[in-house]
Amino acid sequence: MTAPSEDIPVTELPADPGTPRLAVEDLRIVMAPSRRRPEADVVDEVSFTVQPGHVLGLVGESGSGKTTVALALLGLVKRGLAIGGGKVLIDGQDILSLSEHELQKVRGKTVAYVPQDPGSALNPVLKVGTQLREVFAIHGGDADRLTQVMAEAGLKDPGPILASYPHQLSGGQQQRVALAMAFACRPRLIVLDEPTTGLDVTTQRRVLDTVRGLCRTYQVAAVYISHDLAVVAEIADHVAVMYSGRLIEIGAAAELFGSPAHPYTRGLMRAIPSLEMSHQLLGMAGSPPRPGNRPVGCSFQPRCEFAIAECELREPPAVIVSDTGHAARCVRATEVAALSGTALLARERTAPPAEEAVLTISGVSVSYTNKPVLREISLDVGARKAVAIVGTSGSGKTTLARCVVGLHKDWTGTITFGGKELKPGVRGRTQDQLRKIQFVAQNPYGSLNPRQTIGQIIGHPLSHFTKLSARERDRRIGDALTSVALRESFATRYPDELSGGERQRVALARALVVDPELLVCDEITSALDVSVQAAIVELLLRLQAERGLALLFITHNLPLVRSIADDVTVISAGEICERGPVTQVLTAPSHAYTRQLLADVPAFGVDQSDTG
Amino acid sequence: MARRPEAVVILGRAVRTPRGAAGLVIAGCVILAAAIGPAVAPYSATQFVTSPFARASRAAWLGGDVLGRDVLTRTLDGGWELLAMAAVATALGVIVGAVLGVMAAYYGGWWDSLIMRSVDVILAFPQLVFALLLVSILGPKIWLIVLAVAISHAPQVARVARAAALDISERDFVKAMQILGIPGRRIIRRDVLPNLTSVLMVEIGLRLTYSMLIIAGLSFLGFGLQPPTASWGLMINENRVGMIANPWGVLMPAILIALFTIGVNTFTDSVARASLGVGGRATEPDPVLELAVEGTAQ
Amino acid sequence: MTATEATERVGPPSRAARPHPIRDTVIRRSLIGILTLVLVSILVFAATQVLPGNAASAVLLNTATPARLHALEAQLGLNRPAPAQYWAWLTGVLHGNFGKSLANGQPVGTLVGGRIVNSLVLVVLAGVIGTLIGVGLGVLAAARRDSVFDHVLSVTALAVTALPEFVVAVVLVIFFAAVVFHWFPAVSVFVPGTAPWSNPRELVLPVATLIIVIVPYVFRMMRASMIDALESDYVQMAQLKGVPRWRVLFLHALPNAIAPTIQVIGLSFLYLAGGVVVVEYIFNYPGLGQALVNAVSDRDIPQIQAIVLVLAAFYIFVNILTDVISLAVSPRRRLPRS
Repeated sequence: MTAPSEDIPVTELPADPGTPRLAVEDLRIVMAPSRRRPEADVVDEVSFTVQPGHVLGLVGESGSGKTTVALALLGLVKRGLAIGGGKVLIDGQDILSLSEHELQKVRGKTVAYVPQDPGSALNPVLKVGTQLREVFAIHGGDADRLTQVMAEAGLKDPGPILASYPHQLSGGQQQRVALAMAFACRPRLIVLDEPTTGLDVTTQRRVLDTVRGLCRTYQVAAVYISHDLAVVAEIADHVAVMYSGRLIEIGAAAELFGSPAHPYTRGLMRAIPSLEMSHQLLGMAGSPPRPGNRPVGCSFQPRCEFAIAECELREPPAVIVSDTGHAARCVRATEVAALSGTALLARERTAPPAEEAVLTISGVSVSYTNKPVLREISLDVGARKAVAIVGTSGSGKTTLARCVVGLHKDWTGTITFGGKELKPGVRGRTQDQLRKIQFVAQNPYGSLNPRQTIGQIIGHPLSHFTKLSARERDRRIGDALTSVALRESFATRYPDELSGGERQRVALARALVVDPELLVCDEITSALDVSVQAAIVELLLRLQAERGLALLFITHNLPLVRSIADDVTVISAGEICERGPVTQVLTAPSHAYTRQLLADVPAFGVDQSDTG
Repeated sequence: MARRPEAVVILGRAVRTPRGAAGLVIAGCVILAAAIGPAVAPYSATQFVTSPFARASRAAWLGGDVLGRDVLTRTLDGGWELLAMAAVATALGVIVGAVLGVMAAYYGGWWDSLIMRSVDVILAFPQLVFALLLVSILGPKIWLIVLAVAISHAPQVARVARAAALDISERDFVKAMQILGIPGRRIIRRDVLPNLTSVLMVEIGLRLTYSMLIIAGLSFLGFGLQPPTASWGLMINENRVGMIANPWGVLMPAILIALFTIGVNTFTDSVARASLGVGGRATEPDPVLELAVEGTAQ
Repeated sequence: MTATEATERVGPPSRAARPHPIRDTVIRRSLIGILTLVLVSILVFAATQVLPGNAASAVLLNTATPARLHALEAQLGLNRPAPAQYWAWLTGVLHGNFGKSLANGQPVGTLVGGRIVNSLVLVVLAGVIGTLIGVGLGVLAAARRDSVFDHVLSVTALAVTALPEFVVAVVLVIFFAAVVFHWFPAVSVFVPGTAPWSNPRELVLPVATLIIVIVPYVFRMMRASMIDALESDYVQMAQLKGVPRWRVLFLHALPNAIAPTIQVIGLSFLYLAGGVVVVEYIFNYPGLGQALVNAVSDRDIPQIQAIVLVLAAFYIFVNILTDVISLAVSPRRRLPRS
């Protein structure tokens, strides 16, 4: 309508104060049946409530169905899916029963959505201002509100931003625009779908603060979806854990993370690296069942260390473990919750004997046209040591890795390997140098040739650097596979039959089959689920110890650095901020940037050390 | 242990779809008719069997053409040369174009500029006009027409191949090979080329229809196979004058050309769809999304 | 807000610093275009050097004796080295002098000049109408994806794509002019000197042929890119904001989908430049295409050279225009990150 709508005053509450702002009852989403397979559950029996001003964290790994649930809260299902049952009640009104026309009125006004990737969620050909004002044009509101809303989202100088196109803004700014769009009409419920994935830690911290503030001020209920448990611990009051389309645990955040009642949640907690302490990261064997392929009984049972005979019989009911409403779908929930702490084993990091540096980088600088990317970088990697390079995206850390490995040629300065100088680029290097430096990249889906078998892929470096008989070569390939905990039969499989974690193992096997001395890893676990990451990291460390490898590990994940590395170098905008042993830099940083980074890392606020 | 080659997999999938099967059958019928046509034709192509533009009769099932020859015979005779020329021109053009495109992509630098600039010159006028230009100088010789058509295909194929090869060259698994110091040529042959299969297959299909168009068009304009040889394009032109009296002289060859292009196009389209997802994925699959898409696939 | 955020530059750069990608592109592509045109002219000229005979023998025909041949060659400047001949020809062209036609002795410039407009009428009419139809149908088909409407259109488009122009023309003539109906003339009867549009009925079939030939391309591309746009994250976001369906379609999806389609529209215009050759021949339409076919039959080199150059210039112009429009509708390419 034409009249500008008023702010919903904080005191205006729904008639019945007992009604939760959001109540999801037995939500079920299915895949439409096809010739090949009957109707299959994607999400089932999902129920939870959220009070005004509270945040519910919805966590799960990829394939758990959390995004599907998120979209359903706005009445949207992707192509090929359909609502199979249940209700989504916002202040008592069932969203799922509304017509498309009515839904349009509700979306953006009563329920709002904050997307995961604002870069692709903002229309590239419309100015930011157009997209923001659109919300008001559809739901009511006026220009003054726009400036106010933007200020609340942390965009102090709205003019230039409104006149820009989305690609001209930084990731953080784009996400703030998305926040402004979401809070513009003072919605009753906000659904945030991994909104800080892809943002650096500092920006992430700021966005989280903003979200929390806005929710409190306007008594908005929020559902915060994420795979990052630490982030959820920071912002959520309550947490619900999803696995294979079902809610398997729910409870107050502190209690759930402090004493998880479901074996899966416990497993997740043990896989997450901690900033304070270096501990063994424990992955979980196996992988979640695909929709339509769930085993009879508990879906987690095949991977569960607590499984008993009863678990295979039927889907376990929710068991309440405390009077705060903490419940889990596990027959042994009470027992699991009682195991206080997560029994993490501190890692014994014996400082390796100080040896000659295997790799010395000295005064390396890189610039693209006029912009400097790296400035006078100098660092050493000692033999058998693990050195981490930490920085946000754009800091130049990947470029540095590419220079070391020979993919990037235009650098000045010196890099010495094993005492001899390395030529920039691959052409000038000796066979020996090429063999001894190996590389594993971030994306497990691009690094293996889809047209070749695993055996052929691992065999390439072997054929290139060594002269072996076919039998000997096959044996080495088999050994390489076993060393990364894959069965030898994998050699005849093709990459598209493997999961992300398995592919990274293959990439590792390929790198290690020629016995290198230095392994350069560029964010090799960033694209993987946390439990898969844990397994890969532990594997890597074991291999490093067995073979006496030097490791150059690029990452943006500080807690991971604590678990993996001996030394760490912090890079920002192409320059080294700080360098030194991990125990020193992460506990008592001397540079302001490092301190800021450490302060911004989300933490559980729960003592994860072993107490029982 | 070796997996079936990608080309076979894609073709297999394509044939199993309704469009693919239909396209293959239609084009196949035309090819068959053209191939065995000369053997089963009732008369010879130059024999006079009836009066000009005579209506269909028992002696001449499709009536007579402009000179009173049997339309049916001339139709059966008039396809194989056209198809053969189109096939050769396509093969030549695609091979040359693909090689140039891949080289330009992989080696980059001034190689790339050189090849692409030359490509631009040939692309500066229509394929038909290019062929006409050469024909005007050297006369309507078969080898010249095939060559002209092939040369005019190469630039477009080069562009497509270059774009696809660039895309593949950027992928991590190629870089993984580069890091080892493996020479470029080997990487191209072993890692880049096999991944171009699907793109090239679609290009072949497209180019085949264009070859047919241009060669038949040249023949229509009188610059292809010369009379009295039977050729579909030429027939359409020759018999235009008497369309009202006996339309078959024009319709029959037109229908056959049309069926060929329709069939090849439809089949190529199904090949393009079948090759989605065969090349290996670039991102983490979302199991829910995957199965949902699977359910709604064509 | 910390110091770093406050100083973070955002939004469009100041006027002084703003680059001009469109202007730069036009300049750069024009220069390359001129270079290409020169290369084409060299190619065309060089090709004619391969001829066994030459202009002199064509003029003298049977009366050629070695002496008279030499004399005429000297007179026409044909005994100079090739580069000199090329240079002479090129300077002539730049002054608008394309030489004399070998077929009838008329200045090529006049012969060709008149016909350029005629062909342009066909190309522009077919191009514009065809584009509008193709885009419109493409958007509709994408909006009603998988409906009967969509399936019928898609299959028809697939079948009609790459049908040769002469087949389409001939079928149209059979249906509408000669055999079934007699609404339009099968061949145009043009009085030299009058504008082709003075009798619109004669334009219908030729233009219709060309339209039928290009609509499927534009339709398929528009449909495909529209579907891509409709499945994008930003369209989903718009839906989640409560934007009504028609607005999503026309204000969010279409502006994004049009960019790849511009390329195809450009290609269609280029294709029309070749398509007119056959269409003009069939309908006896007095344009460049008909002139080219006649010139090739007569081996009239100067005319062929001139027509090919005009076509090449048209190609280059269309390419530049396509690139510029493409740039204009893609803010991402037009404006850099600040």
